[in-house]
Amino acid sequence: MTLTHQEAGRTPERPASAPRARRGRRSRRRWAHLVYVAPALLMYGFFVLKPLVTSVQYSLYDWNGIGPATWVGLDNYRRVLTDPDQLSIVGHAFELIIFFTAVPVFLGLVAAALMHGLPQGSFSTVARTVLFIPQVIPLVAAGIVWDWVYSSDGIANQLLSAVGLGGVTRPWLADFSAALPAVGLIGSWVMLGLCTLLLLTGINKIDPSLYEAARIDGANRFREFVHITLPGLRREIGVCVTVTMIAALASFDIIYISTQGGPGRSTMVPGVEIYRLAFTQREIGQASAMAVILMVLVLVTIVPIQRLTQRSDA
Amino acid sequence: MTAPRRDQLAGKALLVLFMVLTLIPFATLLSTALQPAGSIPTGFSWPSDPQWGNFAEAWRIAHLAPLIKSSLLIAVGVVPASLVLATLAGYGLATLKIPFSNLIFVVFLLGLTIPFESLITPLYYQMDSLGLLNTRWALVLPLIALYMPFGVFWMRAHFLTVPAELSEAAFIDGAGTWRTFRHIHLPLALPALSSLAILLFLWTWNQFVLAIVMVDDPLKRTMAGALGAFQGQYGTDIVLLSAGALLIMAPTIVVFVIFQRQFSRALLQGAVKG
Repeated sequence: MTLTHQEAGRTPERPASAPRARRGRRSRRRWAHLVYVAPALLMYGFFVLKPLVTSVQYSLYDWNGIGPATWVGLDNYRRVLTDPDQLSIVGHAFELIIFFTAVPVFLGLVAAALMHGLPQGSFSTVARTVLFIPQVIPLVAAGIVWDWVYSSDGIANQLLSAVGLGGVTRPWLADFSAALPAVGLIGSWVMLGLCTLLLLTGINKIDPSLYEAARIDGANRFREFVHITLPGLRREIGVCVTVTMIAALASFDIIYISTQGGPGRSTMVPGVEIYRLAFTQREIGQASAMAVILMVLVLVTIVPIQRLTQRSDA
Repeated sequence: MTAPRRDQLAGKALLVLFMVLTLIPFATLLSTALQPAGSIPTGFSWPSDPQWGNFAEAWRIAHLAPLIKSSLLIAVGVVPASLVLATLAGYGLATLKIPFSNLIFVVFLLGLTIPFESLITPLYYQMDSLGLLNTRWALVLPLIALYMPFGVFWMRAHFLTVPAELSEAAFIDGAGTWRTFRHIHLPLALPALSSLAILLFLWTWNQFVLAIVMVDDPLKRTMAGALGAFQGQYGTDIVLLSAGALLIMAPTIVVFVIFQRQFSRALLQGAVKG
């Protein structure tokens, strides 16, 4: 939207048949304008792009960080993509998407659909304040809080016993099959407020007359949701999905604090594995291969979603 | 037309449920923090004799005062520099004709998707060779760069909304690009800048993975990085850990509640633009 505006504003001042002298002056000025971008670009180049290239370079070697490095070609990648243990780590990241993305987006949509057109008031101010708190505290703190919630004496088990489900109580984060969903629910808790508030803000921007027209046409609530609410919220849904998916695939803080990837390797995710390989196992090459694969995973997951939801006609 | 009343009530009830779910973990943390030190409490039980003194004890052993200072120093290193660089670049990319500007912008955009963990290993060795490991510079310099894609994206988006006629009028009056920027664009950019400042501050304060990799001494880390070390040290004393965790969270929550409106706007816009 803003992009087209800019192009429109620019075209008329780019005459193809401008006199040579003028064009020369203009092109000098254009190069001079680089000084505005150069400082940011230099910083970004030196501390993001350069390490990025180094990462790819490391990933082709076997190196312990101190001694000499041995060239191993694509062996490190082969290991990540064929070793069942390494593959399961990538699998965990995708499982987390269910909890980080699907749960909060679904619940947020339900809340938004029920409340469209709700006037602003003190209730919405309180709701906004409370629901944003998980976004404001460090994720590390969320990990510590939930570590306690899930412990044997924690409130999760206390509540389960109170409703007669004493049989299923357990130290959730120490249980091989329950730990990953339990960690995932921490992500749901963090993301729920953000998604709900984004969707609520979005639904209030949908033209109310659309709903009016639908109701006059006799559309039921479900059709109304499918034909007006969902398309109207396409952009906001895209944002929620993008933000939460990056958070799921690149999760680190919560898992590092609550389970360290355990019990066993049942909650190990790429981010924590990179850290473990690089800084405790001293397998820099292997860590870097995982790092590159993680970057590619995020990119190939996010770009199609952006294409699908952020078209300028939205 | 607004939703039917029945639906709105159901919606409100659902939001209240969400709020309760959001707050329960904090309630159990608080009730635990007030138990007698060294006791083994259960999930949620309000103590008969709340031990508020636990917070004083946690404040002391968590070294909160030097920690707040350290986090502030890091934020002061990161936020203003990021704002200046991102604003200049955003202005350049949005309103000036720059060779390869589309390519430059795409290169910045790609940075939005790079997980920090993917860069920590090379950054560690880079900082090592610069002799900056275990100093706050090892956090400040990479963070400025890592936040740059978002900052540039954010400021460029803002400058694109400023009508081109404004700059054209200034050019005709003989103002150069710098004076146009300084006197016309910068004042108009203040709201966008303050939202960006809030987000950058929050992200710096809460930054964890870089802090634990680059700096061994928890007292030179960010608040979040220190919290990790605190957990490692006092993980078995759940009462003290709860009190310490609440104290370490408190500054962001307090600042958030005070600037609730600005924060919410920044967070919502930040998500939409990010």
